[in-house]
Amino acid sequence: MIPAAFDYHRPDTLDEALKLLKKHGDDAKVLSGGMSLLPMLKLRLASFAHLVDIGRIPGLDTLKEEKGTLRIGAMVRQVALERSDLIRTKYPILADAIPLIADPLVRNRGTIGGNVANGDPGNDQPAIMLALGATFVARGSKERSIPASQFYKGLYSTALAPGEILTEIRIPAPPPKSGGAYAKLKRKTGDFAVAAAAVQLTLGKNGAIERAGIGLTNAGLTPVEAVDAAKYLAGKMPDEKTIAEAAKMAAAKSSPSADRRGSVEYKKEMARVLTARALRKAVQRAGGN
Amino acid sequence: MSEPRTDAKICGMGHSMKRKEDPRFIRGQGRYIDDFVLPGMLYMDIVRSPHAHARIKKIDTTRALKIPGVLAVIDGPTLAKYNLHWMPTISADTQMVLPIDEVMYQAQEVCAVIATERYIAADGVDAVEVEYEPLPVMVDPHKSLAPGAPVLRKDKEGKKDNLAFHWQAGDKADAERALAASDVVISENVYLPRIHVASMETCGCIADFDTAQGKLTVYMTTQAPHAVRTVLALVAGHVGLSEERIRVVSPDIGGGFGGKVPVYPGYVVATFARDYHMKVELGAKKDGTMTSLKIKTVADHGYSNASANPSKFPAGLFSICTGSYDLKHAFCEVDAAYTHKPPGGVAYRCSFRVTEAVHAIERATDALAQKLNMDPAELRMKNFIKPEQFPYKSVLGWEYDSGNYGVALKKAMDIIGYDSLRSEQAEKRKKGELMGIGISSFTEIVGAGPSRDFDILGIKMFDSAEIRVHPTGKAIARFGTKSQGQGHETTYAQIVAEELGIPAAHIQVEEGDTDTAPYGLGTYASRSTPTSGAAAALASRKIRDKAKKIAAHLLEVSEQDLEWEPGKFFVKGAPQMAKTIQECAFAAYTNHPQGMEAGLEAVHYYDPPNLTFPFGSYICVVDIDRGTGDVKVRRFVAVDDCGNIINPMIVEGQIHGGLTQGIGPALYEEISYDDEGNISGGSFMDYYVPTALETPHWETDKTTTPSPHHPFGAKGVGESATVGAPPAIANAVVDALRHLGVTHLDIPITPEKVWTILKNKGVAE
Repeated sequence: MIPAAFDYHRPDTLDEALKLLKKHGDDAKVLSGGMSLLPMLKLRLASFAHLVDIGRIPGLDTLKEEKGTLRIGAMVRQVALERSDLIRTKYPILADAIPLIADPLVRNRGTIGGNVANGDPGNDQPAIMLALGATFVARGSKERSIPASQFYKGLYSTALAPGEILTEIRIPAPPPKSGGAYAKLKRKTGDFAVAAAAVQLTLGKNGAIERAGIGLTNAGLTPVEAVDAAKYLAGKMPDEKTIAEAAKMAAAKSSPSADRRGSVEYKKEMARVLTARALRKAVQRAGGN
Repeated sequence: MSEPRTDAKICGMGHSMKRKEDPRFIRGQGRYIDDFVLPGMLYMDIVRSPHAHARIKKIDTTRALKIPGVLAVIDGPTLAKYNLHWMPTISADTQMVLPIDEVMYQAQEVCAVIATERYIAADGVDAVEVEYEPLPVMVDPHKSLAPGAPVLRKDKEGKKDNLAFHWQAGDKADAERALAASDVVISENVYLPRIHVASMETCGCIADFDTAQGKLTVYMTTQAPHAVRTVLALVAGHVGLSEERIRVVSPDIGGGFGGKVPVYPGYVVATFARDYHMKVELGAKKDGTMTSLKIKTVADHGYSNASANPSKFPAGLFSICTGSYDLKHAFCEVDAAYTHKPPGGVAYRCSFRVTEAVHAIERATDALAQKLNMDPAELRMKNFIKPEQFPYKSVLGWEYDSGNYGVALKKAMDIIGYDSLRSEQAEKRKKGELMGIGISSFTEIVGAGPSRDFDILGIKMFDSAEIRVHPTGKAIARFGTKSQGQGHETTYAQIVAEELGIPAAHIQVEEGDTDTAPYGLGTYASRSTPTSGAAAALASRKIRDKAKKIAAHLLEVSEQDLEWEPGKFFVKGAPQMAKTIQECAFAAYTNHPQGMEAGLEAVHYYDPPNLTFPFGSYICVVDIDRGTGDVKVRRFVAVDDCGNIINPMIVEGQIHGGLTQGIGPALYEEISYDDEGNISGGSFMDYYVPTALETPHWETDKTTTPSPHHPFGAKGVGESATVGAPPAIANAVVDALRHLGVTHLDIPITPEKVWTILKNKGVAE
């Protein structure tokens, strides 16, 4: 548990940070909360000659709704989200998930930016971002927006270009009659999910589902967006049969690998069971049955 | 003992005194091995084998030695020059310190890097290049014991098989006859997997050789510092280390649980516990009267038998497996196999294999109840050894000192509301909901032990106390044991306070320095209170006897005229004529009687006449998620009986911790191996230790059945809960699935194991 040597940089501005990343190229890595990166370094699974700590850069800790959009700065720590009334009341999908992320010590340090940008399919928030239809704002030589659905390319591989830093997450504020839920099965506190499902949906006037988003955690090399299941749900009444069918379709999109948390068969089944549970809860929260 | 005899100022037995050691622990002022920084200290890190079995073709240290600060890389051939490459295990087997040609398990020490800084040592390890030739791996102990299996321990001359040892107890033919004559026999294969202690502090060691004095001081996280000193003298005697020039210091220790008893090659790779494949057969008459028990075990000991068991008991005290029941016929045997896994058979808070024994009998009892269609509580009540049968001679040779099993079970049933839980379960079952109630009525066997039977490497398992009372009436007490968090500084002080009336606050307890403490075998297997605790009382009584003579001298009366109450002697019928223990102590140095030696001190080496047999009944309720197979412990009631209690708060703490370490192996913890001998569950990333959030609310209570042979009626308690809890949980889960025809589940009971059953039975969500 002792990392190889590295140089530590703590720039005061985003421009300075970007300059450092440019200068050191592949030898540099952005350090946010450090809750994924530091264990990797300590286990010597990764090694970087330069760590660029973005923790002191002002302006990366926004947490507010503005013009129909929830803006969350990349450096917002999990504990801040956990304690936010806005999140608790309007974004139950996040409120469900955050207390289940690792443990309180990790949540005190860990940031949402790190959680979504690390490209680890075991992290909880990427699937949630897919369900919510979020967009990620990145800064390199210029600023650009990347939809969450186009962000995850492979295991620990994302659409972020070398030298780019994720600065903000933008989530469309849910319209009335919306509900979300996150259902997660894990072996114990601190472990990643055996399987987990994120669901965000909006009901129409007649009680039918207008729009649904479904994301799966630890269900493949990247976070999985269950597009087919979401499409299937659109326009349908959220009855048990429909929910069961959608859950099945979502689980069919998962391709987990076997480990100590379970076999492939078990994990796929859990994706189904948990998707159904999250769907039921989301419907209930949206004011449906 | 119900009410304390002493007042709160003296704080003798029965007071929930706050732990004397805690202020320094909670303020971060404890002194652990990592807090020692000595001038010129060097650091060692270890290169470990990625293979379970391989030939070492080449160790290339060139790159490592180029790193500034890396001073040396030590390998097997280096040690061989000094004949230090092999060492004995505590179980009189042998193990490599560092290998010469072959590695025998994954993560085995291959060579050691010495550097000026801990970080540089780690860099050095990274830079050592080892070339291996992988060899065939044996991971299955059954295959290892099969005829014709390749011999693993080629270093042992003439060894023709992989049997580490065979051990048995009882009359096999008799047990089999009785089984054959039983109306009902259940047979279950019960596996207890490998698990590993998870102390907050890891193992560590610093060696400081003073060339001027020719003395070696070893600071080490060890539960048995005196034994380590002797082992060092025996192992390294030929290179000039003589026992009087070895000092072992065991500083504050952050948890041991058995993992800090053995002496490890690099003193860093801890071994594991359990790995018992048990076939359990239990017979009974139609009315539920148990008739006969037979257990055959194949034990996976890895590449070396490094158990920390008493010499005569290679399978520990497994023959306690008849448990709390009046069984007239029983037989058990253990075949220990060598495999390509880390050495072991070491304990994990299990009182020498009692966890395994209790699991076997408590699981079998539930399976029997199921087969007889009888309530498991009723079956237990029917078969318990009755209070009037104590002291009870078990068919496998133990003499249980005292017990009152029915009362403890009844109390647990009352607290949890057993009957209404059974009604609730019946209702839930109709609705397809899964709920189970599990009982474990265990009998422990602790306090090793009587010197006629108990020794480790020949050293008898007595333990000791040495007490000196200072002129001002304060005292220092030293012991051969070593606390790793159990609270000895408080418990022992309270025992001395009880016996001498000196306030516990004024009794300084010290352990762990072999230069100052009396010799003893250390702390494990719940032995400290039964052995050193007894020694503390008896040494105190020696001091009291002398103090009485001094009091008589001071009061100018005859000794026979004096009576004692905690803290003072007074003249019968004239209580105003009294001398306090403090006055006697002062006189021992200032005004002692002519012809009497000055001073007030005593030492006692306590050789227990028997072991102590704590017991308890645990009941837990679980709910099972039909969709995921996840098991939630809804309630857990633990009624323990450890005889007379010294500090109720500390006992409760021991039970709480033990119960948590009981749900660990029951539901979460396991180290397993693939066919190539690769360890899975080798780090906390996939070795699931329960946290506070997984821990249910413990509901504890007690009954008190004093030990008749212990000086103050106490029994050990440190391991009761780890021993008793796992079968209660396993029984509860099986109970929840009983109507589906399930009779057994191996621990850890993972969600997937349960879900697989639910799926196969067609009841999964």
